[in-house]
Amino acid sequence: MSPTDGRRVVITGVGVTAPGGIGAKNFWQLLTDGRTATRRISFFDPSPFRSQIAAEADFDPEASGLSPQEIRRMDRAAQFAVVTAREAVADSGLDFAGLDPHRVGVTIGSAVGATTGLDQEYRAVSDGGRLDLVDHAYAVPHLYNFLVPSSFTTEVAWAVGAEGPGTVVSTGCTSGLDAVGYATDLIRDGVADVVVAGASDAPISPITVACFDAIKATTPRNDDPEHASRPFDASRTGFVLGEGAAVFVLEELESARRRGAHIYAEVAGYATRSNAFHMTGLRPDGAEMAEAIRVALDEARIAPEGIDYINAHGSGTKQNDRHETAAFKRSLGDHAYRTPVSSIKSMVGHSLGAIGSIEVAASVLAMEHGVVPPTANLHNPDPECDLDYVPLTARDWRTDAVLSVGSGFGGFQSAVVLARPDRSSR
Amino acid sequence: MNAHPVVTGLGVVAPNGLGLEEYWAATLEGRSAIGRITRFDPSDYPSRLAGEIGAFSAREHLPSRLLPQTDRMTQLALVSADWSLQDAGIDPGELPDYAAGVITAGHSGGFEFGQNELKALWSKGGRYVSAYQSFAWFYAVNSGQISIRHGLRGPSSVVISDQAGGLDALAQARRQVRKGTSLVVAGAVDASICSWGWVAQLASGRLATGDDVERAYLPFDSDARGHVPGEGGALLVVEDAEHARARGAGKVYGQLAGHAATMDPRPGSGRAPGIERAIEGALRDAGVSPAEVDVVFADAAAIPELDRAEAEAITKTFGPHAVPVTAPKTMTGRLYSGAAPLDVAAALLSIRDGVIPPTIGTSRADRYDIDLVVGTPRPAPVRTALVLARGHGGFNSALVVRAVGR
Repeated sequence: MSPTDGRRVVITGVGVTAPGGIGAKNFWQLLTDGRTATRRISFFDPSPFRSQIAAEADFDPEASGLSPQEIRRMDRAAQFAVVTAREAVADSGLDFAGLDPHRVGVTIGSAVGATTGLDQEYRAVSDGGRLDLVDHAYAVPHLYNFLVPSSFTTEVAWAVGAEGPGTVVSTGCTSGLDAVGYATDLIRDGVADVVVAGASDAPISPITVACFDAIKATTPRNDDPEHASRPFDASRTGFVLGEGAAVFVLEELESARRRGAHIYAEVAGYATRSNAFHMTGLRPDGAEMAEAIRVALDEARIAPEGIDYINAHGSGTKQNDRHETAAFKRSLGDHAYRTPVSSIKSMVGHSLGAIGSIEVAASVLAMEHGVVPPTANLHNPDPECDLDYVPLTARDWRTDAVLSVGSGFGGFQSAVVLARPDRSSR
Repeated sequence: MNAHPVVTGLGVVAPNGLGLEEYWAATLEGRSAIGRITRFDPSDYPSRLAGEIGAFSAREHLPSRLLPQTDRMTQLALVSADWSLQDAGIDPGELPDYAAGVITAGHSGGFEFGQNELKALWSKGGRYVSAYQSFAWFYAVNSGQISIRHGLRGPSSVVISDQAGGLDALAQARRQVRKGTSLVVAGAVDASICSWGWVAQLASGRLATGDDVERAYLPFDSDARGHVPGEGGALLVVEDAEHARARGAGKVYGQLAGHAATMDPRPGSGRAPGIERAIEGALRDAGVSPAEVDVVFADAAAIPELDRAEAEAITKTFGPHAVPVTAPKTMTGRLYSGAAPLDVAAALLSIRDGVIPPTIGTSRADRYDIDLVVGTPRPAPVRTALVLARGHGGFNSALVVRAVGR
């Protein structure tokens, strides 16, 4: 369904919890300053691990408004989701209490759910890995909420008063884009009028660090944490783990207009494709990501030349940055060379399933402010990465349509096109 | 909008039958697979019964290189997907690029694999964690592995809404087919019968205790006191009706005619639970009146207040004792996200064979005004079936399947 022959979906509220500053305002300040939030891991002693760096959020659940019981029953990622959803709802100016709750849905993306809570709980019930038959007497009462991450959606639904369709979308590192795409379809199909949608992950935990160590996906640049995330740079050596959440209020365009809502952007097009190649590997040609981009543009009825900015996946692994550079050229042709491309993972790290939504937030804020965030730490581009990656400093740049992409384990390749709703169609 | 997508292939891995016909024969015979757990010693836990898949040997079905990198759940899912595509007569290599995807429901990921790696981490150290942990445990693994095995490059996804997720995955497959994808391998397979998974499930407070296999999982019974978990599920080939017709598909089990999902209100709100709205929404989406529904496959939580909510929703929609209700999952245990796709397979076989499979165990359902099919299968022409699924945390999902044709 395309925007001109059916219901259209717009973003009217934005919330962000990210490393370097809580709240959308602080997040945007960090990005436009070009500052990095990557540091030596402080949550546990990282010295036994190959990669000892992460972008940690300075998040205080009580100061963020969560009650003691909410804190007790929720994993850190669920806490992010609820706090960030409340920010998005407040930002939207929409009176949720006045809505029919049956018409309000919730879609939350997460790659690894409550992995931090599970890691801690396993350690206790197994007595440090000693017991094969783990001891239920040492489990927290809400352990089932950690087992199944749809608890995140339940918590957000309770927080905002939603009783429409609810689910978690968990497609690895594209979850945050796919959750927005899924929610958009719910509104287009008419099964909801408003969806609180976004993504959250809090993976900075020994098990996650160890599993990425095992495949050398994360950077070992431990002597220089602030400059460790180096997308598109020739010296890049892997990604830096991050954490956080971004949540949006998605609304049907006409009702948003009727209430005089501030409209950040339309979710104009979305598509996902799979490479069917390898659980962690990428083929260098970027064919499947290019196809996702082509279909998303087609759905948005925007020509490649209509894209003003690309918010890249830009994880900073050798293969990713070449893969997506190839995908941009394949899908946009020469226009890829004329379009600013940047990776905010250089500043806030890679928060797995959350990052897609955090990058959608960066994209709509770029449209809002007429500024493109930079790629930090980019001094010597990889010769195979030969596009305009907006190195080091933010750029004043009018953006009417943004392409935001993601790529993840499992082979998922997703693309979202965000655009001003009053744009002229191709 | 295109015609309703159809189901052209069924791949079943159930505790009481590996493979579609084995499962269906066992189900019509009322053969239960619920027994004492064998995969670990359950003696010290308050709940000790499960529906395990006994006779499954992954190496008989899958290449050896896949075994060390996959959890049991994924091995079962890969086999289920193979059988589903075979049943549909699909050779994925002959499909155009991007014509087919994979949409599964997740629940707890490859939890047993994860337990082994957590043990390695905490007892020996980070460098003993497997290189496969990064993708063998996470929730997207089944969709990713199935996509790779069959070269399916179209839209794929993973949804999680606890035990309701299996229907939400089928609904998302239906949506993608309506948007232009030729077919989607969709459904769910779950397995987390390991001590760590068991302890996490115990925390739900919903597991039946004790050792009496006959009286453990008794939905709608006055003795209902929780469920027995199981492992397995089903993957379906959901196909564009015209695509199926054009290729001369050998079997068309039925249409995915309507779906709706709701969430319950926050506890203590005093508002009604969402299951009745899910039923109404699915019937409306399907364009079906309550009188046209021939059978309801119940969620069958076996928790008294949840049984009551489901029974009342059925009674309000259809009238007292107005439609046969059944829960063949009493023979398998609840398979978490795998349960509802397996129920959809059973509903499609009810349509095919004109018989409603029984609920076993439950003997005293007279506290509710529902016509529960108990003990033995009931022959009946079935053209339209409603499948219900609910999840911990207030998820409700309802799917209508219909016979194709007149």
